[in-house]
Amino acid sequence: MSDVAHPLTGARSTPASRRDLRRDPEHGMIAGVCEGIGRRLDIDPLLLRIVFVATTFASGLGIAAYLLAWWLLPVEGAQPAAAVAAAKQRSGRNRRAALEVGIGVGCLVISILLTFRELGLPFSDVLTWPLVLVAAGGALIWRQSVGRPGEPGAVALPAAGAAPGALAPPLLQDQGDSRPAVISRIGIGVTLVITAAIVFLQFSGALAAASDVALAALVVVIALVVIFAPFFVRLLTSLSIERAERIRSQERAEVAAHLHDSVLQTLALMQKRADDPREVAALARRQERELRTWLSGAPARADGERWLAPALQAAADEIEQAHGVAIDVVAVGDAPLDRDGEALVAAAREAMLNAAKFAGDAGAVAVYAEAGAERLEVFVRDRGPGFDPAAVPADRRGVRESIVGRMERHGGRAAINAAPGGGGTEIELVLERGEAS
Amino acid sequence: MTAAGARNTRVVLVDDHALFRAGVRSELDGLVDVVGDAATVADAVALIRELTPDVVLLDVHMPDGGGLEVLRQVGADAGATQFLALSVSDAAEDVIAVIRAGARGYVTKTISGAELADAVRRVHDGDAVFSPRLAGFVLDAFAGAAPAPERDADLDQLTPREREVLQHIARGYMYKEIALRLGISAKTVEAHVSAVLRKLQLSSRHELSRWAAARRID
Repeated sequence: MSDVAHPLTGARSTPASRRDLRRDPEHGMIAGVCEGIGRRLDIDPLLLRIVFVATTFASGLGIAAYLLAWWLLPVEGAQPAAAVAAAKQRSGRNRRAALEVGIGVGCLVISILLTFRELGLPFSDVLTWPLVLVAAGGALIWRQSVGRPGEPGAVALPAAGAAPGALAPPLLQDQGDSRPAVISRIGIGVTLVITAAIVFLQFSGALAAASDVALAALVVVIALVVIFAPFFVRLLTSLSIERAERIRSQERAEVAAHLHDSVLQTLALMQKRADDPREVAALARRQERELRTWLSGAPARADGERWLAPALQAAADEIEQAHGVAIDVVAVGDAPLDRDGEALVAAAREAMLNAAKFAGDAGAVAVYAEAGAERLEVFVRDRGPGFDPAAVPADRRGVRESIVGRMERHGGRAAINAAPGGGGTEIELVLERGEAS
Repeated sequence: MTAAGARNTRVVLVDDHALFRAGVRSELDGLVDVVGDAATVADAVALIRELTPDVVLLDVHMPDGGGLEVLRQVGADAGATQFLALSVSDAAEDVIAVIRAGARGYVTKTISGAELADAVRRVHDGDAVFSPRLAGFVLDAFAGAAPAPERDADLDQLTPREREVLQHIARGYMYKEIALRLGISAKTVEAHVSAVLRKLQLSSRHELSRWAAARRID
């Protein structure tokens, strides 16, 4: 039996002869041995479990057989399909490695004990199974607690001198496995060790004497719980209140810092520029917009993609700031921008710039964008004196080149509509959406 | 309606900011007849019942429920009184909520005095007042697929003409300019806008509430 006790060696091959016999930890109770065998032989796994338990009481053969099968049988789906992510594979290996260590140590102890028996060293069965269980359970816990499974250094069992207090934190830092998996493995280990202790105490007769002590201890514990529970609850409550207050005060500090950086600065600036109403209005507007954005808490799109409405708003903000002209953007629908869409935004920006330069004194510029299923449309309207596109000198390339030309190059079109009665100009930009891009 | 007619429009101003009430009062001075103002929901309800003004300029955001609560409490007592929402809030859900509660329109507080007086006059005439932003909200809310046939399709969908009118409002055109551009009378434009308002208030189209909720998340 000692020849199977090399669980610490790395990869495990899966011979074709037992390819179909696999254990299924996903569905099994412990390691899926019964589940796997039952499936292979078409037997209810419950039956196999009963057999294993029965043979366990008969000199403990069942446990040894189970552990052997656990170690030998490949896991269901151990050969990862190509689609399985690499991380998942590693996690599976770690899990298997951790359990193998536990089983291996258990088998190792069995083999050592068997060797002792062969050599005629006296020891009783009372000692055998507790020792095996303690060794397996202890190995499982240590394995899980010290270092990350799968790392070469972590495979070696730690020296006995390691501080017990170091157990807890690494449990949660285990990155290779999900927490439930780690906890379940720890649980198995702890159960094994406790079972061993109880079995030992039971066989050695110490348990009977201990029952009176245990009863006394239980009564004392209950009394202590009754006494200290209210204090504990109060402590928890006050802690959570304190925490909530700390969060509140942090938030208040953050708001105060923001108001100081933005609003107070702007108000100071406005007092200095009180003689320039246009500048004051622009400052107030910029601050209003900034505050609104901050209050709405709108986060930037995480994917880094640019969308029509925010891009237009950003262009409007920039021009508004540079030229002190109010630009109102109204958007209906939204769409991500491709190269043609970027050209549309650039043309719209040019149109806004034009409106701000030549019609800025006549009031706010209105920008309306509509992202429909078939086309993107942007209208930039000012209330300036208007101009005749045909009369624009050839050297003024702004409108002709950067608006009309740009839209045409990207498969769109631009039109300049003079409002009836000389009430301003509207530049209309249309980009058909389709597979053309 | 003439300017003289507008001057006789009796207006009550409801806003919890004294500074803002004073500002609007001075801006509207000589354009309409501001007969009273109120700073709380309770005061506003009492004042509106007592004075029965032609138009109430209603702040959306106030303590104790804001404009929505005023509209709810005045309810059937409103008689001929019309409400115009006035707010710094651009939040779609606020705007749609007061419109659906009965306000005849929505303008932002940055509106000029003359424009506000014009809006008051129009609301008094029973028309609806849509700012470009509100028009954008409404187009957004009614955008999308055609309604299911078994529902009241009339209320759930804008006609192409109504869409066109709303788009022009969103593009910053005045009603008169829209009429010129579309070759219809200004009265027809107003009729279209009023029809849209009615749909907005009466439609059970679930996209309206869902859309407002989605906006909140944005």
